Amino acid sequence: MTSSVKSEQVFTNCTTGGPVYVYVKDGKITRIEPLELSDDDATSWVIEARGKKFSPPRVARVSPFTLAERSRIYGNSRILHPLKRVDFDAKGDRKTGNRGKSGYEEISWDEALDILTDEIKRIHANYGPGAILTTPSSHHNWGNIGYRHSALLRFMGILGATYADHNPDSWEGWHWGAMHTWGFAWRLGISEQYDLLEDALKHTEQIVFWSSDPATTTGIYAGQESSIRHLWLKELGVKMVFIDPFFNFTAVNFSDKWFAPRPGTDTALAAAIAHVWLSEDLYDKDYIEKRTYGFEKWRDYLLGKEDGVPKTPEWAEKESRIPAREIRALAREWAKKKTMLAAGGLGGWGGACRTAYGTEWARMMVLLQAMQGLGKPGINIWSTTGGSPFNADFFFPGYAEGGIGGDPLNAASQFQLVPRGITMHPVSSAVNNPGGQHIPRILIPECILNPPQEWRGKGFCGASTETQLKKYKYPEDGFSEIKMFWRYGGAYIGTMNNTNRWVKMYQSPKLEFVVNQSVYLEGEAKFADLILPACSNFERWDIGEWANCSGYIPHSSYNANRRIIVLQKKCIEPLGESRSDYEIFAMVAERLGFHDKFTEGGLTDLDWAKRMFEVSDLPKYISWEEFEKKGYFVVPMPEDYKSTPALRWFAEGRKKDTPDWGPVGGGISGLPDAEGNLATQSGKIEFESQSLKRFDPNDTERPLVPKYIPSWEGHHTRELYSKYPLHLISPHPKYSFHTMNDAKGCWINEIPEHRVKAEDGYYYWVIRINPEDAGKRGIKDNDIVKAYNDRGAVLLNAQLTERVPPGVVHSFESCSIYEPIGEPGESPDRAGCVNLLTPHRFISKNACGMAPNSCLIEIENWK
Amino acid sequence: MTQWGFVIDISKCIACYCCFTACKDEYWDNDYSSYTAAQPKFGQFWMNIAKNERGKYPYVKVAYMPIPCMQCEDAPCIKAARDGAVYQRPDGIVVIDPRKAVGQKQLLEPEACPYGVIFWNEEKNIPQKCTFCVHRLEKGESPRCVQACPSECLVFGDLDDPESDVSKLLKSAKAEVFHPEWKAKPRVYYVDLHKMTRQFIAGAVIYGDTDECAEGVTATLIANGKSVKTTTNNYGNFEFDGLDAGKYSVKLECAGYAPKTIDVDLKTDGYLGDIILAKA
Repeated sequence: MTSSVKSEQVFTNCTTGGPVYVYVKDGKITRIEPLELSDDDATSWVIEARGKKFSPPRVARVSPFTLAERSRIYGNSRILHPLKRVDFDAKGDRKTGNRGKSGYEEISWDEALDILTDEIKRIHANYGPGAILTTPSSHHNWGNIGYRHSALLRFMGILGATYADHNPDSWEGWHWGAMHTWGFAWRLGISEQYDLLEDALKHTEQIVFWSSDPATTTGIYAGQESSIRHLWLKELGVKMVFIDPFFNFTAVNFSDKWFAPRPGTDTALAAAIAHVWLSEDLYDKDYIEKRTYGFEKWRDYLLGKEDGVPKTPEWAEKESRIPAREIRALAREWAKKKTMLAAGGLGGWGGACRTAYGTEWARMMVLLQAMQGLGKPGINIWSTTGGSPFNADFFFPGYAEGGIGGDPLNAASQFQLVPRGITMHPVSSAVNNPGGQHIPRILIPECILNPPQEWRGKGFCGASTETQLKKYKYPEDGFSEIKMFWRYGGAYIGTMNNTNRWVKMYQSPKLEFVVNQSVYLEGEAKFADLILPACSNFERWDIGEWANCSGYIPHSSYNANRRIIVLQKKCIEPLGESRSDYEIFAMVAERLGFHDKFTEGGLTDLDWAKRMFEVSDLPKYISWEEFEKKGYFVVPMPEDYKSTPALRWFAEGRKKDTPDWGPVGGGISGLPDAEGNLATQSGKIEFESQSLKRFDPNDTERPLVPKYIPSWEGHHTRELYSKYPLHLISPHPKYSFHTMNDAKGCWINEIPEHRVKAEDGYYYWVIRINPEDAGKRGIKDNDIVKAYNDRGAVLLNAQLTERVPPGVVHSFESCSIYEPIGEPGESPDRAGCVNLLTPHRFISKNACGMAPNSCLIEIENWK
Repeated sequence: MTQWGFVIDISKCIACYCCFTACKDEYWDNDYSSYTAAQPKFGQFWMNIAKNERGKYPYVKVAYMPIPCMQCEDAPCIKAARDGAVYQRPDGIVVIDPRKAVGQKQLLEPEACPYGVIFWNEEKNIPQKCTFCVHRLEKGESPRCVQACPSECLVFGDLDDPESDVSKLLKSAKAEVFHPEWKAKPRVYYVDLHKMTRQFIAGAVIYGDTDECAEGVTATLIANGKSVKTTTNNYGNFEFDGLDAGKYSVKLECAGYAPKTIDVDLKTDGYLGDIILAKA
């Protein structure tokens, strides 16, 4: 690829939203365009269905924020020099209470590295192992070398830091709930999606999108690749129903019917649908008998034999506010038509799984489809994003497969990459291992401020269902409390819950030293004593496959329409004094004496990228020289490709025939292989979860059979509800990936669905409110309002809309900045961190996931 | 002779804003000599997105409408410009000459551009707008917004070539220009424009005796002696879209139930809510 403009160079790169061509002139990026395939790239697949042929366009459908990368790279929030908080004195008064308030001064890299390494040495000598805490953000850049599972884990593994495990924030209810219903621990409780696009195009008559907005969540990293599939489904006359308190962005174009249950009552609605099927004999009895376990207990629950309350549509209407007659109509059509359930944006996930007792919703989603023959043609759990035809024989790892770290315990599915020789010296952390010290991200402030703490499950529990039940404590026996926090990547204040807690934590003297390594000066960086300027992935070498995280989402590039592996070229020199994360770690390693071990004898990021190429299947198809010249490779489909739809094997009682890499056939891992078994104790879909029976049969917050349990923060919490009568839902954002593309001088801020510029010139974050609720409060369109509860207050731009029912307000999470108008942690934030308002209480007592969508607030005009 | 134009399908705009950001990427800090000076980083929207929300919870409709420069055949901006600062190329593209247009702020007046697609560059003291990416067209490339559109919403091409996608779509779909009454003859056509400009009447019909959704009820919309029919779906919903404001009546008929007629004075969209049919 060459540019027609003289003196302009063209590079390839890959972003979290897709692969691109990067045009550079005089050392500056001039344009970033989506990758367009050439004629000599692999041919595209064609699906024939119902007399039509469907094939994807030969251009990468990238995200809007990918097309806006240039505005971010050259935005006003780049950290261009190492920075030190002006009143931080490592050898004197640290003034930790001024974190978040004081300004910064530029210092040299030498000074920064001196401060950092002196602190590391001091803390290690004074406190011993475990005193340094680290945790990355998700997806602030892309690539198999320079990103978190790779360079970060390699460095922190050698350093021996305590690692704050991420809660499975997008999976929650599936991880802590559905995993007990159908297994799939290695996918954190959601199922495989192989070939479900073809299955749907051929067989599906209706899709029920339940807490699912694929136009917004776009198969995580797959840009807009699934947009075309929605058009195909519409062209085939597939009916589309939406269940979501927000008339979401997929509903805008495709909704044939919209239901807006009161937040937190989806489970009541689900139970009522099952009740209709039961009472009108509209379910697959043969499937129930052969492929499921414990149906009688579910039936007893629905009929009210246990609690005297039949779960009728009339009962559900009182909870959900959906008319009983419409629940019946939905249930009948669902049973009549071959219906795909899009539960969440990834065939799993969804805001409803991030509510109090969201476990019960996710479990019921599986059970509803089980009652209709889950896995039979056209009947599955699939949300249009995954499951394009996929060549799983070709090996190229996702970034979560461990990269250069070689850490077998802390990267998912490292089992393929290490034996192929990615590193001669795999790293295994002395602290971040099963016998070491751990912290759950949700409880970081509690662990720092109020130890000891206890919880169950260590982050993403992908090894087995049982690992999420194991009890942990902090501090772990024999380990130090945390004294230093090394943050890497984007900010958490906009993404974690009740985040005024974070402000209080940062200002505590218990945290003696805070360093933040980041590309951009986001809201959390301003709480650091020392800030290290990292560069973007346009300013360093890397290699990566579009949409391929893999790990706990095996073969995730099937969310895109083809596999594209990209040499992420260094397009420009790092801006200012910023350095690649790999180089920063290498510089620190040099001073701490483990440079050779970290860099494996001095390898550069380009050397590692080349090694990643060599250990993959790429050399079977293309030489390094050709790959370097062209910059990308499109993985061809096998000529004899045979579709193996997800879970068809299970529905038909056959041995698993999909390329899924979790336990094949054999029930819970370790048991002998058997025909067509899921990884549950019975090998079947369990209406009554045997794993929960083994664990705690008396846990009323996660009962053996899933139940509707009114939220611990909702319309039944009378006193709180009378004070804060608006339900806030805060789904994943549409125009930014987490916090990554928000603010920072990015064009995304000019999208009026994201932020709106007010008369004072400030871009306020948007909250959507029904005109009836707004009218009662004297709020007009585009007014600046204060949203608040006992946890905090946020200033927002009010958009009046009928897209939310009265009583519900909608505001995306993931504001990247934090700008309190007064004392940090005590005053309203005008940046838009609605997560200041959300509760940090666990989903339920034994399921340590987050439930931001169980949140009550009040809103008033801000003068 | 090539005549560049758009057919934009409003039903296919998914509000991804890819066109919006791609356009900014093409023009921010990038000068295309005689066609246009560089765009400032913020404040100009050469590919803008309008939104229209209709109805009332629980019956809501939302549409998004991409708005580039209409490249009008009878462009008011050309008449409003001094010294020939705005001119039309033989391929129909209307160009604001960045050198000649210095200081011509009158081009932002509604008389000069009723569509509001001309923006003012404060720093350079010039008016600016969408050029259909003429510098890319000359290289055989499509406009950046078209390249970025993932949902087949933006169809671009030669209106003069009967074999082009844009001509075929123009022929097969009911496409209209936005505000024909302004008589500027835009070269941008819209499919399903009624989602932005017209209203609907809808309702939810219920059987009074069983309290079930009334499926299969014949709904007839009557106005000025003309009538259109539709049938309620399994939720009892019926809908008539693309209506002008005015007086209508809706007649609901179902065997075994007393027919019902509802008069509607349609000003804004009319969701009639629950309508109960009594047993005959």
